[in-house]
Amino acid sequence: MRLDPIAAPPLSRQIGLPALALVATLLVAMALALIAGADPLATLGLIAKGAFGSKFAALETLNRATPLIFTGLAVAVAFRAKLWNIGAEAQLYAGAIVAVLLGTGALGAPLVLPVSALAAMLAGALVLLGPVVLKTRLGVDEVVTTLLLNFVMLLFVSYLLEGPMKDPMGMGWPKSPALIKEARLPRIVDGLRLHWGFALALIAAVVVWVIQSRTTLGFEMRAVGQNREAARFAGMPVNVVLVKTALLSGGLAALAGWSEVAGLKGHLSSDLSPGFGYTGIIVAMLALLHPLGVVLSALFVAAIFVGSDSMSRAAGVPTYIADMLLATALLFMVLALMLTRYRVVWK
Amino acid sequence: MSDLFDILLSVSFWAAAIRIASPLIFATMGELICERAGVLNLGIEGIMVIGAFAGWMAVYLGAPLWLGVTAAMAAGMLFGLLHATLTVPFGLSQHVVGLGVTMLATATSYFAYRLALPEVTSPPKVTPFAPMDLPVLSDIPFLGPVLFQQTALTWAALICAGLVGFVLFRTPLGLAVRAAGENPAAVEAQGLSVTGLRMGAVVVGSGLMAVGGSFLTLSAFSSFFFEMVNGRGWICIALVVFGAWRPGKAVLGALLFAAFDALQIRLQQTPLGAHLPYQVFLMAPYLLSILALILMSRRAEVPAALMVPYRKGER
Amino acid sequence: MTDPRDVVMRLDRITKRFGALTANDAISLTLRRGEVVALLGENGAGKTTLMNILFGHYVADDGRVEVFGEPLPPGNPRAALAAGVGMVHQHFTLADNLTVLDNIRLGTESLFSRGASRATARARVEALSRDFGLAVHPDARVGSLTVGERQRVEILKALYRNARILILDEPTAVLTPQEAEALFATLRRAIAQGLSILFISHKLHEVMAIADRCVVLRHGKVVGEVATAETSGAELAAMMVGGEIALPEARPATAGKVLMRLDGVTTPDKGAAPGLKRVTLDLRAGEIVGLAGVSGNGQAALADLISGLILPGSGSVTMDGPLARWSPREAIRQGIARIPEDRHKTGTIADFTLTENAVLEGYWQTGFSKAGLMDWRAAESFAEGIIAAYDVRCPGPAARIRLLSGGNMQKLILGRVLEPGPKIILANQPVRGLDVGAIAYVQSRLIAARDGGAAVLLISEDLDEIMGLADVIHVMSEGRLSPGFARGSKTAAELGLWMAGQGFDHAA
Repeated sequence: MRLDPIAAPPLSRQIGLPALALVATLLVAMALALIAGADPLATLGLIAKGAFGSKFAALETLNRATPLIFTGLAVAVAFRAKLWNIGAEAQLYAGAIVAVLLGTGALGAPLVLPVSALAAMLAGALVLLGPVVLKTRLGVDEVVTTLLLNFVMLLFVSYLLEGPMKDPMGMGWPKSPALIKEARLPRIVDGLRLHWGFALALIAAVVVWVIQSRTTLGFEMRAVGQNREAARFAGMPVNVVLVKTALLSGGLAALAGWSEVAGLKGHLSSDLSPGFGYTGIIVAMLALLHPLGVVLSALFVAAIFVGSDSMSRAAGVPTYIADMLLATALLFMVLALMLTRYRVVWK
Repeated sequence: MSDLFDILLSVSFWAAAIRIASPLIFATMGELICERAGVLNLGIEGIMVIGAFAGWMAVYLGAPLWLGVTAAMAAGMLFGLLHATLTVPFGLSQHVVGLGVTMLATATSYFAYRLALPEVTSPPKVTPFAPMDLPVLSDIPFLGPVLFQQTALTWAALICAGLVGFVLFRTPLGLAVRAAGENPAAVEAQGLSVTGLRMGAVVVGSGLMAVGGSFLTLSAFSSFFFEMVNGRGWICIALVVFGAWRPGKAVLGALLFAAFDALQIRLQQTPLGAHLPYQVFLMAPYLLSILALILMSRRAEVPAALMVPYRKGER
Repeated sequence: MTDPRDVVMRLDRITKRFGALTANDAISLTLRRGEVVALLGENGAGKTTLMNILFGHYVADDGRVEVFGEPLPPGNPRAALAAGVGMVHQHFTLADNLTVLDNIRLGTESLFSRGASRATARARVEALSRDFGLAVHPDARVGSLTVGERQRVEILKALYRNARILILDEPTAVLTPQEAEALFATLRRAIAQGLSILFISHKLHEVMAIADRCVVLRHGKVVGEVATAETSGAELAAMMVGGEIALPEARPATAGKVLMRLDGVTTPDKGAAPGLKRVTLDLRAGEIVGLAGVSGNGQAALADLISGLILPGSGSVTMDGPLARWSPREAIRQGIARIPEDRHKTGTIADFTLTENAVLEGYWQTGFSKAGLMDWRAAESFAEGIIAAYDVRCPGPAARIRLLSGGNMQKLILGRVLEPGPKIILANQPVRGLDVGAIAYVQSRLIAARDGGAAVLLISEDLDEIMGLADVIHVMSEGRLSPGFARGSKTAAELGLWMAGQGFDHAA
């Protein structure tokens, strides 16, 4: 078997194959529903209804999409530069910690929101900077270091919540004190659950898109990602570019945690993130690492999660169908992507 | 200080160290085989989960323990085949596919578990491997409890490591696998198939990883619960680097690591342990792994074609 | 008069297409026992494709191969090996981290067997080593061997497998003249043992020395077949290029002031690649300095140094005064144009457009960006300018550069580095792998740059190219630089001795 590169892939191939990947994922969803003893089409319908079927559901989906847009952007930015940031989870919690640190009275309005957001980004950037420096200085692969730091950070959060950051009025369940009102992100529309974090996420996506396509930094990040050696030979400051990429990526992931605390929850507990950092990888890959695409794929992924939760309550299919679907979608999508550029020759 | 010495000299510490090392040895050998052939298998974490689940599930449904281990191996090999198919002939990114496989295998385990046991709150137990009771050997002071009262699966881990070393360095098959990880063109020029070797290595390696996972449910703990693998897979990747891709050194690394893990558990009970928050102790394994990676960062022994997909006849 | 010797290999109308390109067009060829047949042709003529088909790396679209009277299953290196065909590849297929013995043994035994003992294998290798004059250390790590030693291992690989037909792909491209002689001695011994040899080359004098018969390929077709005894180098050359294109010859030049001076520069070794050892070199305006030498003798270190990738360990590099800092970007700022050795790995980014590749080095300059924002329109018109001025055949500036042929890629690189009007040009193997038309174009551009006052440092493995173009020739051997020899003052054989390291001991 051989793979022949296709010189100029037609648009039909470039759109058709990813679409086929999504269709294949839907078929897998139906098969899983069948295995679980539920009606396949009804299950799909319940998922869709659970995601968008009511105003409450739709807002829930948008809320769920917010941290996913941030982590998706973080991963997309990093993966474009071939920086394997699998530590978005730790960077997310770093941002959440800062939100609590600065939002429980240390600062007041109007400074608290912008300052804590920036501080959160800095914290996330620093968490990723360690592994990146280890990579540029010592050649230590960042995949495992960023992964292991996730576990370290989770334990650190657990320590904080049982100790220095413990809510004195918290009835034994480890959580932080609540944020003061001035440190909370307001609702976009009064009375609806959707908070400003969603809007910020959209703005972040546009900013990242501008950076990647229109700035010299974006050009450098893309070049370093595609051929580090050629970039270095051409005079690009590769290590500086990687550091800047890490700062941006870590900062974006931290905003996910920051916005969950400041926008949605109002406090920090150890179950703040059901794996947003890892899901961000799926979001980024489904979006083909395109910042604007990240918004769409985050909505899709959020819909699957929210819809599956609701469907599971109604139809009894385990919620983990969502995780299975998304992992399947990821694998189908990378395969489809390759097939848009190569033809399979069986000889 | 004397607490520390008491621990280090105790039988239970050394026995625990070897026991804790066992799943790590299986999984590390599995990853080592994959990487020697030139494929980074980031599916290791998820494959350990599905190994843990499949092994436990088989035994829960009535199978004898060794059949459970076999079921785990089969599950691992299946996911290994998925990884291998996508990364070797199709040449997709080993990073992305590996993470995808980890997520899929983990999700599959949890999905299947919830399907099988929807109402259960506390995980049901199975009868695990019993410690061996060998006629004379188990009664030797110190060595007896430490080595000869381990479970059969632990001994399987040690034997497995020996086998892997033997095959890799003393047989034509092992040479071919290593060459595939060093220069695929050299392998093809000698009439062998890089695709076959790499896929075979990943499938076999994944089987071993899953057996490592099954150790957790069939020997260490006797039930399956979520988050039980808890990053051991990633630690094994660090151990492969620490062992410079050599089985002997990797086993030593696993033992060292396990000893440290056994130590931190026991230190928590001492007066020193009372001063530090328990999370510090739990962080130690992960930080230690990062340290191991930093120490081995000179990486002269990396298989030269690790993570380089081989495209036949690419002009 | 028919040749009474048996036919050991027959190619019958082999055809191979890659998309629109017909690399091999109905090629027929016979090889008889004990014969040495040379396959000639310039780059792109289809020689390597044909060899790859013979060995089973590619499958022909049409035609067949017969070895010892039996048809050879296509696309199956194992079958080729079993039939007695052994190939010595141009880019050695050896695993650097394994020993010589392991590389030779690889794949020779069933994967499901325990395998013969090391001692048995070693004994066999040593016997072959003696019989064919191929000295090797079986337990040496291949990564530590010189190029000549590696080739000996490649040949032993084939002999270990009882090859009766040896195919060699450009075997002398990386050897000194003396090493080439040693290779030919080995080949003669092989012939004496009954082997038959087919080899590819574009080096006419070597072909004349060793081959019985020459087959000339051009544009994928056989255009001529002669016995070497009945032809001349000139005739073969004419057949190879079809009398169309004459390679440019540089007219003598008058050198101007020193634009860059390396004074006693030493750099550290990098693995098997030697660093520079107290190298002193002047690059003068209006002069082409040719650097001869087999790859792996320090050329990479010199190129990296001048490109800005490494710093001198000791000694100094000056350009119109000392340099405050050194990096690739600084080198570009100082007016050094760098044409890298590997246009795919280092020179271009395959999936970037021509526009993006055109501004890869200069995007940060005020013409192409302002306050961190890219001016893509300016970049595109720059690219269009290069495409027009340098005759780059492409679908347009927005096409991905991976679609271009090697020659056109090289022209884009040439354009992007020459347009800014550089003072110094570092051309590292600039015509390697290009067809004759592209070679002529690139060389004429370099000569034109020199005539315009630039200093050109030409690094090339092809001694003929150096001797034809350079005003001053230096030879590199193991990191040391020979004194400069004026054009025409030394013969190829004399330069070959320097390449082999002789002369340095006296000079030092």
